Amino acid sequence: MLKILYFAGLREALDRSSEQLAMPSGIGNLGQLHAHLVARGGVWEALGKTKNLRAAVNQEMAAMDAPLKDGDEVAFFPPVTGG
Amino acid sequence: MKVSVQSGDFDLGAECAAIGRGRTDIGALASFVGLVRDASDGAGISRMTLEHYPGMTEKSLAEIVEQARGRWDVLDATVIHRIGELKPGDNIVLVVVASAHRGDAFAACEFIMDFLKTRAPFWKKEETSEGGRWVDARESDDVAAEKWKD
Repeated sequence: MLKILYFAGLREALDRSSEQLAMPSGIGNLGQLHAHLVARGGVWEALGKTKNLRAAVNQEMAAMDAPLKDGDEVAFFPPVTGG
Repeated sequence: MKVSVQSGDFDLGAECAAIGRGRTDIGALASFVGLVRDASDGAGISRMTLEHYPGMTEKSLAEIVEQARGRWDVLDATVIHRIGELKPGDNIVLVVVASAHRGDAFAACEFIMDFLKTRAPFWKKEETSEGGRWVDARESDDVAAEKWKD
């Protein structure tokens, strides 16, 4: 299973803050997971349209070519605006 | 080193006193406090909500402090970031850096803030007279963080 988290404006657009997803076959990295989620259509298109989308794997900032394995915690979010 | 993500307020004086307690090798304390402004991009702000990524937030702040320790002579540091609902005039973020000399303290304090702004997973949502809006990331913050690249 993958644990996937969504934050801020993206969380609102998707109307959910997290989900558990059985590791889809053929998904080896973050970019492939992203494409898989966007392909669900409907509200999930927001995940494809978010400007400068950022992501983390196991709570570390990650690029779209970051490898994924079963059990990982993945997060998608807009650029950070703290401070 | 102290990193805290909390809904409650903080006190600059108390944090500076805590960092220097029981030691006499500190020659410089540099601090920064960020506050909620009452206006942004021409719109009045009535309140603000700070969202974060529990777990990753604390780790990323600790990593930023560690990077600062690797670059400058940092004797101790405190980073506090508030979350939840805040109103204009409220404190948002505190950075205190203790060093033997001011140069290291000033630089490490600015570095920690510049990296926090672009790396730590916090998001601000402002409530204006026209409703709620998520704050857009500023290019100037990326430029500020870039200047520390060697």
